[in-house]
Amino acid sequence: MAMPTPQAPSLLLRGLHKTFAEVVAVNGLDLEVTPGECFGLLGPNGAGKTTTIEICEGLTTPDSGDVELLGLNWRTNAEELRQRIGLQLQETQLSEKLTVEETLRLFRSFFRRGITVEDSIKTAQLEEKRSARVGTLSGGQKQRLAMACALVGDPELLFLDEPTTGLDPQARRNLWDLLDRLKQEGRTIILTTHYMDEAERLCDRVAIMDHGRIIALDTPPRLIASVGGEHIVEFAATSHNKGANGAAAVDPALLTAIEGVESHRLTAGTHQLSVRELHTAVPKIFSVLASQGLHLDEFRTHSATLEDVFVALTGRNLRDE
Amino acid sequence: MNKLELNSLYQLTMMRFLLFLREPEAIFWIFIFPILLAAGLGIAFRNRPPEVLQVGATTLQLTQALNADKGLTSTTIDEATGTQALATGRILLLAVQRPDTTVYQYDSTNPDARTAKLLADRAIQTAAGRHDTLPTKEELVHETGSRYIDFVVPGLLGMNLMGSAMWGMGFAIVDARQKKLLKRLVASPMPRWQYLASFLLSRLVMLVIEVAAFLGFARLVFGVPFRGSIAQLALLCILTSLAFSALGLLTASRAKTIEAVSGLMNFVMFPMWIFSGVFFSSTRFPAVVQPLIRALPLTAAIDAMRGNMLQGMTLQQLLAPVAILLAWLVIPFAISLRIFRWR
Repeated sequence: MAMPTPQAPSLLLRGLHKTFAEVVAVNGLDLEVTPGECFGLLGPNGAGKTTTIEICEGLTTPDSGDVELLGLNWRTNAEELRQRIGLQLQETQLSEKLTVEETLRLFRSFFRRGITVEDSIKTAQLEEKRSARVGTLSGGQKQRLAMACALVGDPELLFLDEPTTGLDPQARRNLWDLLDRLKQEGRTIILTTHYMDEAERLCDRVAIMDHGRIIALDTPPRLIASVGGEHIVEFAATSHNKGANGAAAVDPALLTAIEGVESHRLTAGTHQLSVRELHTAVPKIFSVLASQGLHLDEFRTHSATLEDVFVALTGRNLRDE
Repeated sequence: MNKLELNSLYQLTMMRFLLFLREPEAIFWIFIFPILLAAGLGIAFRNRPPEVLQVGATTLQLTQALNADKGLTSTTIDEATGTQALATGRILLLAVQRPDTTVYQYDSTNPDARTAKLLADRAIQTAAGRHDTLPTKEELVHETGSRYIDFVVPGLLGMNLMGSAMWGMGFAIVDARQKKLLKRLVASPMPRWQYLASFLLSRLVMLVIEVAAFLGFARLVFGVPFRGSIAQLALLCILTSLAFSALGLLTASRAKTIEAVSGLMNFVMFPMWIFSGVFFSSTRFPAVVQPLIRALPLTAAIDAMRGNMLQGMTLQQLLAPVAILLAWLVIPFAISLRIFRWR
């Protein structure tokens, strides 16, 4: 039997494939996550994130490829693995008529070792809701309870499938704080999300997924740097002469010729430029537009995000689908 | 935390129990409804004193002769009014005095009217001087155990055990599947067999309360007899409940929505409500379908319980229905373990 060694990666995926009735969900995926890392799988709906994480969790069997967690695999060490990982699924609804404490007591009883129900309630900051029925909890509290259920077994490896989807901003920040504390405890966390800000805020490394493949994998700052500029300039312009169809009148070559402009893209009438330094590039952009006799309708800038990385890689917006 | 609290089978069973207790509607249908039903039927079919039949006669002498019989009460009316009373069902028979004879007008297809005719003829003949040639004597029988309530209580018990086991399994499992709770549970180290076993264990605990409440009521209020061994009756109840739990598990093993499983449950139980002899004897159905009816689990359960309670039969005498129940326990359980959808 392969004993877990200190050097063993927390998660190792090799050549993973999974097809559901003609739909290729995961298409040749390799991945390695090291112990103590917080790793994010990022991508639009349907990119294969959930299928990938459910294969890791032993809920879905891949058509081909190898899965190794903590040096163990699902074929021979399923029971051991279930004891050592914690997870939170995307759509679980826990029994509404049980209380928070009863629910946690139930989940705790499945694990040979772990933290006390009391500690899990504290970790999830549900002390005041201990005797409340699950059905009366808010979305954020339910999600924290799901996290507490994932933590009662004191897992070395934690899988979270879209932990903050559907939560309001305050509840999201609460959950992020909880995840920060878990990271500090040295647990390996693997999460999926389609929120770029979440991945940037929480993850040490991010894999961007699209159509069942990883199309980019690195730390968030380096991924953003790979777009070529740290800033994004967006504008829409109309020509004085040509009227409504004026947007087409801008010559992209003129824009990319500006020093510090790394790339140009036109989506739905809006021009997007990735720019290294705003203070030198923006005046030049203005003068190019003026020289073309164009009138600016909109103009804004923002720091480049993972969203821009995704757009740069796929030509699509994350939330398009 | 003590040891019991860390035992997953104990926790799962306790959760089932708590969830049941927190569902007021379920408590009504399982504990209260059968008692109300038994009470209603007991009142509707209580043994009343024999009914006095209303008849009419055209002369005062005939009326006096008819009233001499305890089973008849007669009024004197003319023939035209009498015929009308007969037609509207206010009287069952009209005795008309003709010059040469007495005529009985009645509907021979109505059993009460036939009885009225026999009583009326006897009363009139007796009044005219006829004597019984053979001495006879009546012994009236109103024995417990042969009343309708005695017949229907084991039927209701069987029906109730079927309903509570099937719905208890079906709804809870499909609800957990629909809410992805099943998927969450199998992703944890919970042993899968314990999840299913927790249903059976909590069912057994509730069975005790359910059966004791219902049979206690039937005993105290209607004096329904228990002629067989109580321990064997308890065994029969457990076997029945487990067999229907297995059937409920099978019914719920694939369904993804509550609507789907409700339809399936009704489809499975409907034939048994009709054919298994809950309210009237299943022997009333044609002989060709009898083997099928006998093979239904509810028929077997009710036959066995009637045998035990009303005839005092032992398990040895009830081998056939017990074997049928065992088959309904083992086969559906084995199939559902194979085809059960955990996610």
